Amino acid sequence: MAEATLSFKKAAANALADGELQRALQNIKTGFVAKRAAAKTKLPEFDALRTEARAIKDHTLTHLDLYLEAYESKVVESGGQVHFAPTAADARDIVLKLCRERGAKLVAKGKSMVSEEIGLNAHLEAAGIEVVETDLGEYIVQLKGETPSHIIAPAIHLNKEAVAAYFRRAHKGRLTSRRLSDVKDLVAEARAVLREKFLAAGVGITGANLLIAETGSSVIVTNEGNGDLTSTLPRTHIVIASIEKIVPTLEDACTILRLLSRSATGQDITTYTTFTTGPRREGDPDGPTAYHVVLLDNGRSDMLGGIFQDMLRCIRCGACLNHCPVYGTIGGHAYGSVYPGPMGAVLTPALQGLDHARDLPNASSLCGRCEEVCPMSIPLPAMLRAWREHEFAQGTRSWSERLALKVWAFVAKRPRLYHALAGLGVPLLRRLAGGRGRFTWLPFGTSWTRVRDLPAPEGRTFQQLYARRSREIANERP
Amino acid sequence: MSPAPEAAREGPLVGLFVTCLVDLFRPSVAFAAIKLLEAGGVRVEVPRAQTCCGQPAYNSGDREDAAAIARQVIEAFERFDYVVAPSGSCGGMLKVHYPRLLADDPRFAERAKTLAAKSYELTSFLVDVLGFTELDATYEGTVTYHDSCSSLRELHTKDAPRRLLANVPGLTLVELPESEVCCGFGGTFSVKYPDISGAILDAKLNNILDTEANTVLAADLGCLMQIAGGLSRQRAKIEVRHVAEVLAGMTDTPAIAASESG
Repeated sequence: MAEATLSFKKAAANALADGELQRALQNIKTGFVAKRAAAKTKLPEFDALRTEARAIKDHTLTHLDLYLEAYESKVVESGGQVHFAPTAADARDIVLKLCRERGAKLVAKGKSMVSEEIGLNAHLEAAGIEVVETDLGEYIVQLKGETPSHIIAPAIHLNKEAVAAYFRRAHKGRLTSRRLSDVKDLVAEARAVLREKFLAAGVGITGANLLIAETGSSVIVTNEGNGDLTSTLPRTHIVIASIEKIVPTLEDACTILRLLSRSATGQDITTYTTFTTGPRREGDPDGPTAYHVVLLDNGRSDMLGGIFQDMLRCIRCGACLNHCPVYGTIGGHAYGSVYPGPMGAVLTPALQGLDHARDLPNASSLCGRCEEVCPMSIPLPAMLRAWREHEFAQGTRSWSERLALKVWAFVAKRPRLYHALAGLGVPLLRRLAGGRGRFTWLPFGTSWTRVRDLPAPEGRTFQQLYARRSREIANERP
Repeated sequence: MSPAPEAAREGPLVGLFVTCLVDLFRPSVAFAAIKLLEAGGVRVEVPRAQTCCGQPAYNSGDREDAAAIARQVIEAFERFDYVVAPSGSCGGMLKVHYPRLLADDPRFAERAKTLAAKSYELTSFLVDVLGFTELDATYEGTVTYHDSCSSLRELHTKDAPRRLLANVPGLTLVELPESEVCCGFGGTFSVKYPDISGAILDAKLNNILDTEANTVLAADLGCLMQIAGGLSRQRAKIEVRHVAEVLAGMTDTPAIAASESG
């Protein structure tokens, strides 16, 4: 993962040259972006909800210890157990131990970015446990041996033709002549294959969009219903979630849910919104007999009280990815981190350390569209800039970049020197351009000219021309 | 060059923040801005003790140099009634970011806020403060307008340039699809990540070409250098100009990146 982040520029170049990816990314504009805009327009109180949701999260984060304890006692009351995992390794070990205790050979998984964060699948598989992703997008990337490229649409980088090819390769014993040209065909086939897995799985693992302290419930939103099957069919249900997913009350959860689905997919509400509270009770017709919650910290509590605390308001809707011009041109994998896009560029250095994510905070034009669409009003551009400040203070940018910046700043802080140099350089540059008005190539300017021409200066600097004009006007006055 | 019309002797005093890109690459924009401001009934002065607003340092994480430049700008401009910049991103720097940058500086925190309160982007100042829309300009052509990210999201300026352009006889404005999306410039981003910047630009250029406009305007020279550079590379015959040039009726100069022979 770290290596991938370090080769960001190379990965981005590959992504830009990948025709299939580029076609797939075009769908975001007509899909998520247009649908979110329509959903927001339809809901006049959207901005009021946003203010309310932000206040809920800020309050919760200020009293996080209290709400976590309250949540735990409610889970225990309903017959479940809570396991606190300070690190990713702790969380992996807890889950593996639970799977072993229950004798599970097969684990069915609902979609969970936290499980991606801790590398859960590889850990369980190394211990001889088969893991099957049951969210269609996750299932597809699992078949392809990839990681999700989007936090809510894991396979958004793939087209349906490519998916059909993976299905033909992976699903043996089916008619080769079967139709897999429509999304409907693909869904039907995945459903048939996965149904058997749900029934055979000893443990079901889901993530959580929210945890409710008041009731000890975990909430997931899905459009496929796979989360419900994952949490009800296997004998053991493990919820894996990070600590900032907590909200105080059911009412609070509903406020956030109204923003989540609209910001994510533009739906008023997702097809399934599932609340689970503890294991099966006396008289319940179904449900697991054991219910465990693994609460992951993994660097989050270090963010509390600091400049990056606001990032913990994130509800993982993906709106910042969908509206980011950088994500829109390179997709998620180029980021080399579990969490891509603006939220990933802020969160990854906080969770893994800046050393593992040097390019991420820099690869942004700071256009501010992420903050504009963020339902939790997270100041993402300001936080990207804050990471750049950390990095600058550490002195880790390349020497050429730091030298250029320092020379520029030295001159910019001395207006006389600045105008003297500009007054020499600008007319020279103009002479070099001749009457062409542009440069197609310039020594020391190739980072600009490799993708566009550089407009030539008009002739002299404004300050030169303005001084001359002022003199002329003064001379004309009696 | 003909002497400027007799400048107003009364009215509020505006300090023009030229911006470094306009100073170096496109002085016409600043002259157009002065003409528009004076027509709007204010006196304009251009302090010589200005260079850049400090964004390259600020957005590269060099807070110390950015703050030093911010203090320099505040000292040069605090005597004016208003500060006007022909740029949304430099305007945003003065209006939104200086107070944040200097919040912990006991000598400058209040002064930064005072400067922010009287700083404006040019089109917004003309329309929202001066209520000036009676232009002395005509422009024959179909024009599309690119909103800069800073104008739109930091300064919340969207209507002002459109209201002004609506008063230019001969000019037809065609809205640019996805005009709220970045052009890929992003200051130093454009040279740190040229391939990504170029790919974002390509999408912008396709939208511009789709409008079939013969001129594209914006209020930020950064975006304009990026867009003009991209169109020039494609050899597309679309004029690129700062909106102030058209509003001031000063379009006899070659367009940005255009050759002198046109």
